[in-house]
Amino acid sequence: MSFTNHRKMQLYGALLLLPAAVLLTTFAYLPTVTTVINSLFLPGFRGAPTEFVGLENYQVLFDDPTFWKVARNNLIYAVGTIPTSIALALGMALFVNGKLRGRCFVRMAYFTPTILPMIAAANIWMFFYAPQIGLFNKLLGMLGFSGVNWLGDPSVALSSVIVMSVWKEAGFFMIFYLAALQSMPPELKEAADLEGTSRWSFFWRVTFPLLMPTTLFVLINALINSVRVVDHLFILTKGGPNNATNLLLYYVYENAFSFFDRTTAATITVVILLVLAVVATLKFTILDRRTHYQ
Amino acid sequence: MNTSTTYAPRSRCVSIPALETVAAWLLAIIWIFPLLYAFWAAFHPSEFMVNFELFAPLTLENFTNAWSQAPFARYYLNTFALVTGVVIGQFVVCTLAAFAFARFPIPGKNVLFMLVLIQLFVFPEVLIVENYRIASELGLINTITGIGLPYVASALGIFLLRQTFKTIPRELEDAARIEGCNWLEILWKVYVPLAKPTYLAYGLVSISHHWNNFIWPLVVTNSVESRPLTVGLGVFSAPETGVNWATVSAATLLSIAPLLVAFLLFQRQFVQSFLRAGIR
Repeated sequence: MSFTNHRKMQLYGALLLLPAAVLLTTFAYLPTVTTVINSLFLPGFRGAPTEFVGLENYQVLFDDPTFWKVARNNLIYAVGTIPTSIALALGMALFVNGKLRGRCFVRMAYFTPTILPMIAAANIWMFFYAPQIGLFNKLLGMLGFSGVNWLGDPSVALSSVIVMSVWKEAGFFMIFYLAALQSMPPELKEAADLEGTSRWSFFWRVTFPLLMPTTLFVLINALINSVRVVDHLFILTKGGPNNATNLLLYYVYENAFSFFDRTTAATITVVILLVLAVVATLKFTILDRRTHYQ
Repeated sequence: MNTSTTYAPRSRCVSIPALETVAAWLLAIIWIFPLLYAFWAAFHPSEFMVNFELFAPLTLENFTNAWSQAPFARYYLNTFALVTGVVIGQFVVCTLAAFAFARFPIPGKNVLFMLVLIQLFVFPEVLIVENYRIASELGLINTITGIGLPYVASALGIFLLRQTFKTIPRELEDAARIEGCNWLEILWKVYVPLAKPTYLAYGLVSISHHWNNFIWPLVVTNSVESRPLTVGLGVFSAPETGVNWATVSAATLLSIAPLLVAFLLFQRQFVQSFLRAGIR
């Protein structure tokens, strides 16, 4: 290839990249940079110029007990949803991978919640959680127990939100486990049967270790979702009662669009971006150790 | 230990004891129950919401109520326009970028590609505040373009198409060049047709994502003219509006119906697509 031809190819390639580059810059890189910048400034009063305050906004944020409450909620939410939905997903995949009567129906039942919008799922769960006419309290009433205020009681509300999220997510993770199980060579099971290995130890010694890459992949996705998806809060609790179910991204939304405090919103966004950076590092170091993007 | 396996010794399937079958079915029933319950509630008068009676009268009144109380026809139209626009935009922009990454000698290509992958983690909705400001500077507030544009340059799409393009043998490209094709013709006649399965998979994933997307459309729209179904449903069914519950469940079914029906008809394709898009 001649030199000028090579130059031409470079130019052509750059032109092909241009639309994506412009869009990514406008809606991903630029907003990331301005968010970080905004978190270091305070807006001036009545048109006065903005004032550089260094890390003061972070100081204010970290002195705010509500922020810590929300951050703690988000941590509890992640710890509450991720292991449970991964364990359920694995169980579902093992069920559906075996010889099971009505396997197609069972698989569909597990996966269907994934297809629904979070808003619709939240609406449906409202019918269960509502204080007077909700199904859960009706059932409790029939059994002679007094009702629980599933979404109104600060000590229960976050758990109610977690249960709904697990229902929504487990089926999605199941399909990745199912694909991994189906690609496992059947000879392993045959050999184990010859050796007389119990199913329990076969699972823990063979299946589970072989599924490790899938588990890591699912874990990364679940971590991202736990800071990204807050749609259900808009219907179920609006972050309440008294911030008992507020999560970081919802808190950003509240600060920006209810309290009109863009500076605090930007500062919390930077915290979310840091969490995502940790998750990304986790992915690119642990998960892709053997994957090379050539 | 297990007699049933002897009937099919080479089967991939492992036979499951009865107890696990029961557990699998129980879990399946719990998992599908919320949706069945929503169906029940939507097709019966509201007083049967919690009083289960097998022969309760069926009714379509909840649907007509929902349809008349909120502009669902408009919401449908908006969602269709949004999803179609986003998917077409993504196909065009991601194809061009993926082609560049797969076949052109761009200086610093690997660094650029890593930069693109950042968007797998930093989604437009995480940056709602700044994206809202940018959208308003571009005059995109309350437009369907405004909802869709931030998602058009999708890292996932670029990544998946690049992977596919890289597996296509150069010989095909050379043959096309001898026929006198220029680069865009090569892309259109060689690469795009061979990547059809990837387009299908990515398209389905993208459709279901944008059909269901909520927080960014909520922020960027403020009137019926541009709201998609999810936002319309969110506004309609917010508990403080005091809308009758049976009507809410009818509205919920209305907004999930097209995607749900598509999923039930093309289950295999949907599941395969999510898998394909997920292995990244």
